[in-house]
Amino acid sequence: MIMEVLIASSAEEICELLGQDNSRQLLAGGTDFMVEVNYRHRSPSSVIAIDRVPELRNWHHDGDSVVIGSCVTYREIERGPLATLVPALAQAARTVGSPQIRNAGTIGGNIGTASPAGDMIPVLSALGAEVSLRSSEGKREISLDDLIVGVKQTSLGQGEFIESVRVPVLESPQEFLKVGSRSAMVISVTSLALITYPKTQSVGIGLGAVNPRPTRARQAEEFIKDFLNWESMQVDPSGLDHFKELVSEASRPIDDHRSIAAYRRHSIGVLAQRALTRIFSERSPSV
Amino acid sequence: MSKVTQDHLNVNGTKFTIDDSWLGESLLYTLREQLGLYGSKNACEQGECGSCSILLDKALVCACLVLTGSAIGRDIKTIESLAPEGSLSVIQQAFVDAGAIQCGFCTPGLLVTIEDFLDDNAEPTELEIREAISGNLCRCTGYGRIVEAVRIASKASTDTQGTADDGN
Ligand code: FES
Ligand code: FES
Repeated sequence: MIMEVLIASSAEEICELLGQDNSRQLLAGGTDFMVEVNYRHRSPSSVIAIDRVPELRNWHHDGDSVVIGSCVTYREIERGPLATLVPALAQAARTVGSPQIRNAGTIGGNIGTASPAGDMIPVLSALGAEVSLRSSEGKREISLDDLIVGVKQTSLGQGEFIESVRVPVLESPQEFLKVGSRSAMVISVTSLALITYPKTQSVGIGLGAVNPRPTRARQAEEFIKDFLNWESMQVDPSGLDHFKELVSEASRPIDDHRSIAAYRRHSIGVLAQRALTRIFSERSPSV
Repeated sequence: MSKVTQDHLNVNGTKFTIDDSWLGESLLYTLREQLGLYGSKNACEQGECGSCSILLDKALVCACLVLTGSAIGRDIKTIESLAPEGSLSVIQQAFVDAGAIQCGFCTPGLLVTIEDFLDDNAEPTELEIREAISGNLCRCTGYGRIVEAVRIASKASTDTQGTADDGN
């Protein structure tokens, strides 16, 4: 039974409270945690509510990147200035649950829960996001791909919590696509983010719901480079079939109550091709 | 930092003192079982159905996903605050007029959701209406009449608005 609810008012206080007892449960938006409480699957004796901590609720521009506090909600990401700065993150946020869920759920919660189907994960992975962690011992930065180590498992240390996440502001096309049984209130069967990096003339592809931990389709990213024309923003269609295969090969999906592995493997390739051809129109270079 | 001990919940402008044994329960459970506010419905306790929709510091959320202890000191508005006892708000009247109520179990959550939505977007398109109510499940109506009710309410509010403006 939950015996104690503590309301933190600063990041410093979270450090202190976890320093005293690192078994305390952090509560952000509650959209995952409360389901477990309601169904009596989990009942920590002490809970620290962190969703009123101003540092965690804010985001700011920092040079070529934005730093998003861990308690910024999907709702804040899906519209307003953040949606312009990181459009794929906004697209992904808009597909989460319902308006009610998006008003409560947070980006830090999505990362910390580390579900393979977390909708922020493929986008953050394709963006090469860095996560800021904090504890009474100090601060450290870690890439999202290293923070999430397995299904619902992170490499967070004792007494450590997610303070913010840093992503680049790229001002170039980005896409997020998701397959589910309907448009709202659905957990991804598969999802995919595709980010363009005009400077290096490359793309980043993050896969969602098909691997135990964040995964980039590195081989596909490398392969498709030669088929892209960055001036005309066109793709040579002769590369698309193999591109799709390479994306599918980067997935290690499972059968579960939401879908089957074979469909996931197939659909992740389709999403990749769709995302790519939404950004790069199909035309052979000779035409 | 504040450790929440015995304290009060601020619901619909009234302060309710609650015993600390309720702090670890969901706000929905506390509203219904401790405060006797049965308007917010419990159908899933997992954020799927929206029948427990309330406003927490003006944000539309599922009361079943709010920990009571973390709602202490916040402004909570439930379906009971929509209209004074014995009268109907514009949206409630529109639900009656459109025949948007069958068993009625989803109705309180939808009313709170739509009230909040029309506050933000007085003249929504059908697509916007459908997205706004996407977190509220209704097993009876098929949603057509609910969408119709939102249109009626939107029209009624903008008409009143127009009259009031004309008068100025
Ligand atoms: S009871 Fe809260 S969403 Fe269903
Ligand atoms: S009227 Fe019965 S669930 Fe909506």
